[in-house]
Amino acid sequence: MIVTRSGGAASKKIRVRMNLAELQRKLIAAARANMPGDRVPYAFEKRVTALLASRVAPKNLDLWVRGLWRAAVSCVAVALLCGAWAVFTPAVTPGSTDLSQDFENTLLASVNQGDQAP
Amino acid sequence: MERTEAELIAAVLKGDSASFEPLVQKYSPRVFATARRYARRESEVEDIAQEVWLKAFEKLNGFRGEAPFEHWLMRMTVRTCYDFLRGHQRNRESSFSDLSGPESEWLERFVTAPETAGENAEAARLLVGRVLERLSPQARLVITLLEIEDRSVKEISKLTGWSVPLVKVRAFRARAEMRKILAKMAKDKYL
Repeated sequence: MIVTRSGGAASKKIRVRMNLAELQRKLIAAARANMPGDRVPYAFEKRVTALLASRVAPKNLDLWVRGLWRAAVSCVAVALLCGAWAVFTPAVTPGSTDLSQDFENTLLASVNQGDQAP
Repeated sequence: MERTEAELIAAVLKGDSASFEPLVQKYSPRVFATARRYARRESEVEDIAQEVWLKAFEKLNGFRGEAPFEHWLMRMTVRTCYDFLRGHQRNRESSFSDLSGPESEWLERFVTAPETAGENAEAARLLVGRVLERLSPQARLVITLLEIEDRSVKEISKLTGWSVPLVKVRAFRARAEMRKILAKMAKDKYL
């Protein structure tokens, strides 16, 4: 690439040829020559371990919270279904027997039989 | 008696997070040296190293022990550095008009008498840092691994998770991108 030195007057322009491939080679060589250091900050491993420990504890708590929330949602869903069922089922007609009455009769059948026995 | 790496990893997997500490202590120098290739500020280097170890801890059950732990960890380090580069693409479009005195002098020397522009000069190191910062994350990763760390295409493929042909294509593009940046630098400086 041909470049011209900046700031120079027209008559003093210096035309120089910059070899970009050579510049690239030199800069890569410069980067190779300067290996980055492997210094580790003081007590870095302690910091990482402490951070891990603090992350593990909330993880367990998170599991419990998540489980409890799921249970709460399920309970609310069941309650809503029961409520809807109670509201939307047709009212008991006078001629038919009541479910609660049937349930009570079944449950107390043995007691009633005992009472009726001579 | 000192526990082996495999024993330490098994203990960590059983829930003993304290057994992770010797691993962090042993391999942190390599993690930091790699992170310093991609991040300039020491706080950023520390963030990368910390991120690497947190990821390593979380994904330790994915380590099958077929390859050494160090290789597995270095793959994670390189990928974390790549993520860092993608997340910090700043100064990529800025001009080269703000070169420092020694950098300008080095470049001047290179133009007038290339043999006098030494590769070990501090100015050359600063200049290459500037050029690398302007590369795209992909190009920077490939140039660093292939040209600066002198790794093979196959090794880079394993480290990055890219296929061998993809690494070759990206290496070709990265060299072209670097030359374009150098041309821009020359133009900003002299025209």
